Parts: sequence; structure tokens; C-alpha cells
Amino acid sequence: MQIIYTDVLVIGGGLAGQRAAIGAKRRGHDVIVLSLVPAKRSHSAAAQGGMQASLGNCLGAAGDNEDIHFADTVRGSDWGADQEVVRMFTHTAPKAIRELAAWGVPWNRVARGEREITVDGQRKTISEPDAAHGLITSRNFGGTQKWRACYVSDGTGHAMLYTMSNQAIAANIPVHERMEALALIHADGRCHGAIVRNLMTGELLAYVARATCIATGGFGRIYRVSTNAIINEGMGAAIALETGVATLGNMEAIQFHPTGIFPAGILVTEGCRGDGGLLLDCNEHRFMPDYEPEKKELASRDVVSRRMEEHIGAGHGVKSRFGEHLWLDIRLLGADHINNNLREVKEICQYFLGIDPVRELIPVRPAQHYSMGGVRTNHRGESPQLQGLFAAGEAACWDMHGFNRLGGNSVAETVVAGMIVGDTIADFCDSTAGALQLSSALVQEFGERERRRLAEIANGKGRESAFELARLMQETMTAQVGIFREGERLEQAVASLQELQLRSRNIGLRSSAPGANPELVTAYRVQRMLKLAQCVAYGALQRTESRGAHYRADHPRRDDLNWMRRTLASWPSADARLPVLTYEPLDIMKMELPPGWRGYGARDYIEHPDTGVRQQQVDAIGGGLDRADRHTRQEALMPFRHLLPEHLRNNNERLGEES
Amino acid sequence: MNRIPLRQAARTLRIQILRHNPRDPDSQPRLQTFEIEEADAMTLFIALTEIRERQDPSLQFDFVCRAGICGSCGMIINGRPGLACRTLTRDLPEQITLAPLPAFELIGDLSVNTGKWMRGMSERLETWVHSQNLESLDIDAMEAAMEPELAEQIYELERCIECGCCVAACGTARMREDFVGAVGLNQVTRFRLDPRDERSDAAFYELVGDESGVFGCMTLLGCEDMCPKDLPLATQIAFLRRRMAATT
Ligand SMILES: Cc1cc2nc3c(=O)[nH]c(=O)nc-3n(C[C@H](O)[C@H](O)[C@H](O)COP(=O)(O)OP(=O)(O)OC[C@H]3O[C@@H](n4cnc5c(N)ncnc54)[C@H](O)[C@@H]3O)c2cc1C
Repeated sequence: MQIIYTDVLVIGGGLAGQRAAIGAKRRGHDVIVLSLVPAKRSHSAAAQGGMQASLGNCLGAAGDNEDIHFADTVRGSDWGADQEVVRMFTHTAPKAIRELAAWGVPWNRVARGEREITVDGQRKTISEPDAAHGLITSRNFGGTQKWRACYVSDGTGHAMLYTMSNQAIAANIPVHERMEALALIHADGRCHGAIVRNLMTGELLAYVARATCIATGGFGRIYRVSTNAIINEGMGAAIALETGVATLGNMEAIQFHPTGIFPAGILVTEGCRGDGGLLLDCNEHRFMPDYEPEKKELASRDVVSRRMEEHIGAGHGVKSRFGEHLWLDIRLLGADHINNNLREVKEICQYFLGIDPVRELIPVRPAQHYSMGGVRTNHRGESPQLQGLFAAGEAACWDMHGFNRLGGNSVAETVVAGMIVGDTIADFCDSTAGALQLSSALVQEFGERERRRLAEIANGKGRESAFELARLMQETMTAQVGIFREGERLEQAVASLQELQLRSRNIGLRSSAPGANPELVTAYRVQRMLKLAQCVAYGALQRTESRGAHYRADHPRRDDLNWMRRTLASWPSADARLPVLTYEPLDIMKMELPPGWRGYGARDYIEHPDTGVRQQQVDAIGGGLDRADRHTRQEALMPFRHLLPEHLRNNNERLGEES
Repeated sequence: MNRIPLRQAARTLRIQILRHNPRDPDSQPRLQTFEIEEADAMTLFIALTEIRERQDPSLQFDFVCRAGICGSCGMIINGRPGLACRTLTRDLPEQITLAPLPAFELIGDLSVNTGKWMRGMSERLETWVHSQNLESLDIDAMEAAMEPELAEQIYELERCIECGCCVAACGTARMREDFVGAVGLNQVTRFRLDPRDERSDAAFYELVGDESGVFGCMTLLGCEDMCPKDLPLATQIAFLRRRMAATT
């Protein structure tokens, strides 16, 4: 087995992985990035609508700042997020976007003077100020008080990923494409790299590294209907889980996006609604104001998705031969706007639905979209359990999203986390703990174990079809662990997944083609995906409350008294049938924003006694400092800057704000 | 006359695929035909996935986003390069022939190594913003302003997804291995347009001022005809050629 040595191994070539790689490389460490596909084809390229950063340049964003972005994100998370991390994030997001602007992303800009917009179904004219002309503009997104999603037409992720990849090429960072990490090499609580399979030749290699970073994106493909790329199968999270040491956080927190096109599940961006698009039912009635009089179509995604399903359940869906759906109406935005700002949406409608959204309605229904959960890390992005293992981006549970992520906060997280984690990794490599210390016997042992696992599948005389097991898993998740969850059905899901897991030990292959062998790939992935699916289903079963995207019909209230805690899942041994769940408390007494009503969705929740106490403290501290600037007030409530790398601690400059 | 359209019986598609597995010493390039029943709104992504799952699990192809965004699934579809994921079978005849994109290294069947080619192109043309102060940026400060129309024009050229269809459709690329293709020339125009990139025309000339660059183009227009993103490739190349000719 070939062994490749490097300082830093980044598993994942999306936005998060490449930004972390650039950070570590700038600090003088050798970095290799692994990716299943050419880096520019990573799923980050598919992000359409925007990246949140509180620049406050355009009229709709005027007065925005980190404080408002912080409050929106915490409310969006339904108080499930780590508030210190949210502060680190909202503070760094403007820096991230400005860095990308200098690196080449062609962000859309503010144009001075009058223009027409669509708000709440009405056209109106606004006038952008002279001072903002040429600065980065932003659009409205759900669950936010300001227009904060900065964008490049509706190809934001594409533009960001190309710029990021090009900078990584400029920095001479090798990306080993079509390489799949199959297992982490670790011993005594220390990670040493990964065993990797070449997806062109089928060969196994070992990458030995001082620091290993998982940036493998989401795992939407455990569901049948998902907006995710088909490579989003969660192998990064799975190999962390299989160490039995590292933990996965909040796996039950799965986001469903309101507007997947029906039935294919391909996304059309939230920007459609942000720019003024409406949701209509079978009578072409705009129903969201009936449920959410304040935020309407722009409540957070968990709320809108539930309202849509509720409305379909009440008999107002549009019937089609594939099942029921609702309509997204962007006709009112006009041809000009659609042709310039929503062109991917237009192409998708044209190619996959054969319709023109300038003139016709778009059939939509909520689809799995985002995994809030992932490899649990501390503030700086390191696994608390497995030293030398780091994670960033959608694959991580750094925990700035809690139980629901806001649109535009994910690509922002990838870059911000990449900046922070890249530094953390460099610090680690510079420290004595980061020295390379392992025996080649250990590497051989892990390599041999993976070789055996593959041989068992390839040579076993099993009768189960990997494709069939994957299909059954996806059906189970979509039918029973979806938007509306309920105890009995979750129990059934857990049982079905256990059965599938047993059957997955009995997979037989029809093909023994040399090289990658796509059937073998499906087989070893489905074994691992079933473990992730089980973490989601079992976590959802145990969490007897409703919070953010996790909705239990049999426990419809958020329960701060019992559930102000984050789920941690670990997989105890290779033949375990269930994950072991433990819980990490979220301390209300340390929160800058104690739990309350989100401003949309259900008003009713079970309060924790600490909430009142902490609220009084917060009010008293704020009251005592009413003459101080907002940074001083914030610092008094919940200091966070010390958690950031030093070069990211300064205030952000803004139009009309003294810094 | 009865005007109610009859639901037509589902077609049986005959999909002929050029197969070869270079990892297998016994493999010879050959055409293999699969028959499948067409379904509503079926794309080549759905059809190929079904063939792999039900008929031949060894079939190799590349899909990632399956939404026409990532550029992974370029292949030759009935003689023309295109993105398979957003090609609806209802727009094709019953007999469909699929082959891998030429000009790229074959990985197996319909899978080719566009990633390696594109990385090589990027390294050679240095497709990134060249600027003195990138390492010492002040990211606490306001971003530099840019004219809104200019930002849009840059994005217009940046929409390229590096799928390789233009290279597969290019007469020059088929004859000259070192030709950077419309994809490369388009990227040069993109960075040339970008005021953040400090390179001069002379620097760009160094990169593309020869037969492997802008003077290799024979203006056959295959690139622009086949571009799935409808990029104005031929116009860009002509423009660049004029600029480069003026540089000498
Ligand atoms: C359709 C769509 C639209 C979206 N739009 C927006 C938006 O407008 N705004 C927003 O904020 N967010 C959006 N999101 C979410 C956002 O795009 C993602 O969360 C984010 O891009 C994830 O980036 P990442 O770097 O973490 O992972 P990815 O970009 O998914 O990259 C993962 C990388 O890991 C590699 N990899 C995976 N497994 C392995 C393995 N085992 N070995 C080696 N490599 C591996 C892959 O090859 C890939 O390079 C959208 C998501 C979808 C699905």
C-alpha cells in the first residue's frame, strides 16, 4: 500500500475544505485536498441564492450589523445554536465576503438611483443612495430582519467556488481528485490521516497527516427526495462516526427546503421568494399570510415547509400524476428580473419542467435540503474527542445553526469556518501535540482492515442488492423521518433501518469489474449511510420536543426545560445496532439572547426557569451601559472575540458607522 | 373528430453506449445496447442510473448535481456534446447513442477526466486574480467599489462550468493536444476584463499569443454552438484575438 505523507490532509474540496486548506498553507504547512470529484464540481457550486453577511450597503440592508445577524441566526436556530459560535460567525462573515471580493467574486453591486422591486405582491419604486453605489448589494431571504444575502445573480455558489478553487490553484495546493476517504487512521484518541480509495483504479492508499480535516459536506442522499447532489452521501461524517471516538452532533436536525421542484427535487432558490415570489395553492390562492401574517412566505424554512405540508394535508394541494404539490409564482417579478437575477432558476424550469417561469407557475414541494448536524467540534473546529481531527462546513456541527439554518448562512459558514479552522489547524501543527508520531504498523493495520472489508463485499456470496438497500433506506427516511415526525413511526423507522443494516452485511455483487466498480462503491457506502440514517432516526425518536426543523406531532412544543441540549451520537463498535446518544447541555445563563418566541411559527413553548433569571441579568447589564457603544454592550453580555484568531478580531467598517 | 389526446404508449428506448474499461486488460471498445421503458420526464441521468441499477452495475458515468450546474456529465449524445443530466429523453429519438467526450483521458465508459485537463488549463493560464496585495488584504475595511454593470459582465463570462463540451466540439483541440480551448480563452477574457487582476495585455499575450492559444482557433464555431451555458465564446475569442494581435 502506497503511503503519502503531508502536514495537513483536508478531506473535501468544497468551499469549506479549500478555504481551510488555503489558511493552513499560508501558514507554511503542506496541504493535500482529497475530493470525490474535481473540486469545482463540489456541491458548493450549486448554491444559488446568496451568502449572508451584514454589510448593510443597499437600502433594504440599511442599519444592518452583526448584532441583528446574530439575533436572526439564534432565532432561526430555535435557540439550538451555540451563541458564542454564532457571534464568531456573524463577526467574521463581512471579512469573508470582502476577502472573496478581492479574490475575484463578481458580487452584484448597488446601483444608485431608482429601481422597481416587488414586496408583498406589490411593485414599488425605491431609490438607492449615492454613497452605496458600487458596493456589494444584497437580497431578502427568509427569517431575516434585513436584506442580507449577498449574491452573484443566482449562481452565487458557483462564483464563490470557482474563485476559491482558483486561489487554491494559485497557492499550489494539490487536489487529489476522485479519491475517497474510507476510514480515519487513529489510535489512543489521536487521528493520523486516512485510508483512501482511488475511484479510478480501485487502489487503496494511506494518507498520513499531522492534522486531518473533514469538509465533506452534507448527507442529504439518505433521503429519497433531496435537493442535494448525488455525491452528498455523508461519507466524511460516517468515517468519523466509525472511529467510535469522535461524535456527531444533532443528527436529527435536518432541514427541508420549501421549494424543491416537483417531483425531481431540484432546488429553486429562496431568492425567488426573497425577491417577491409567492406560494399559491390549487385555487391559486396565496395561503402563507393565513398562517404567518407577519413573515408570510419569508418565515424561516422549517416553518414555511411545515405550513406547506399542512396546507396540502388540508386538501389544498395541486393534484398531478406524481402526487400533490403547490405553486411558486415568480411571474410578478417580470421578465427582466428573472432573466438577470434568477437565470439558473429559469434554466432549471426550462430543462426539467419544460416551462417558462416568466409566464408559468412552478410546481414545488418541500424536499430534504441541509444537514445541521455533523462532526461535533469545539469553537475552533477541532473534535473534542479525537485530537488532530478537525471539521468545517456542512459536514461539521460547529453549531451555529442549531435546529434550523437560515438561507444564505451556509455558504457563509463554509468560508468563515474555513478561515478559522485553517488557523486552528496551523496552530495545532505548530504545537508539540501536532508532531507526527505513529508506527507504520498502525497504518498497515488500518489499510488491511479496509482491504478486508472491501474483499468481504466483493467475494461474499451475499444475495442482497446494494442498490435495493439504498432505495429502501431512502424511502424509510423520506416517509418516516421527514417534516412531520411522530413516536410510533420513528420506532418503525429505527426497526426498519436495523433490519436493513443486518441485510447490508449480506450484500452480493453482480459485477467484479476491475477499477472503481460503481456497484462496490454503492455497497460500501450504503453500509455507512445506514449508520448515519440510524443516528438521525434514533436521535429524532429520543428527542421528545419540537425545535426548529425537528417537529414531533406528538410533542409539538419546544421544551426548554428538558431539551436545552445537543445530541451527541457515537457508534460503539462495528457490530453495534444503534448509536449511543449522550447530551451536552446548552447553558441559558451564558446566553446573550435567552430563549423566547422566534417572531414566526408557534408561540407556545415550555420555558426553563433560568430564562427569566438570565433575561433580567441581560436587561440589567444592557441598562447599565445604555450610553456605551454596541460593541461594549455586547462584550459585557457574552465576550467572544478571544475565541477568534487574532487577525479576525477587529470591528468591521460600514457605511455610516464609526468603527 | 376526437380532439382528446390519447395517452401514448410508453416508448422503449434503445440506448447504445460506447463501452471500454481501460483497467481491464481484456476490455475492447465496443457498443452495447440497453433497452429501457421511457418514463415521464425521464432524463439521461434517470435512464443511465436505471440501467446501472437494473441491468449492468459495472456501467461508468459521472453525475454530481444532476441539475445542469456542475458540468460533470458532458458526453456525446447522438453525435453532439451535451449535459446528460438535463437532456430529456422525450427530446430524443428512440435510438440513442452515447459516447464519452473525446479529447479527454478516458476513465471508463462515459466517464472522462475533465478535472485533470481543466486543472492543467488553469495552471497554465493562471486563471486567478493577480494582485500585489492579496496576502495582506485589510478585510476589516470597506470593499472596493465596482460598477454594477461590470460585475454583471464578469459574471456573464464566469458562468462557464468547465464541462468540456466546447473542447469536444473543437476542431483545433482534436488536432492539437496543447490547445487551451474556448474554455481557456474565455477565462482569459474574464480575467482581462476584471480590474482586480493587474496583468497587462503583454502578460496575457505570453499565455495565449500563439497557436496553442488564441491564434489556433479556426473559427469553426463548434464551441459556441455546443456551450450548454450559451456563453458568447466565438465573440470573446474574436475579441481577444484582436487585442492580442494589437499587443505585438
Ligand atoms: C441546491 C442547493 C442550493 C443551495 N443554496 C445555498 C445558498 O444559496 N446559500 C447558502 O448559504 N447555502 C446554500 N446551500 C447550502 C450550501 O451550498 C452547502 O451547505 C455548502 O456549499 C456546503 O459546502 P461544503 O464545503 O461544506 O461541502 P461541499 O461543497 O458539499 O463539498 C464536499 C466535498 O467533500 C468531498 N468529499 C465528500 N466525501 C468525501 C470522501 N469520503 N473522501 C474525499 N472527499 C470527499 C466532495 O468531493 C466535495 O469536494 C445550497 C445547497 C443546495 C443543495
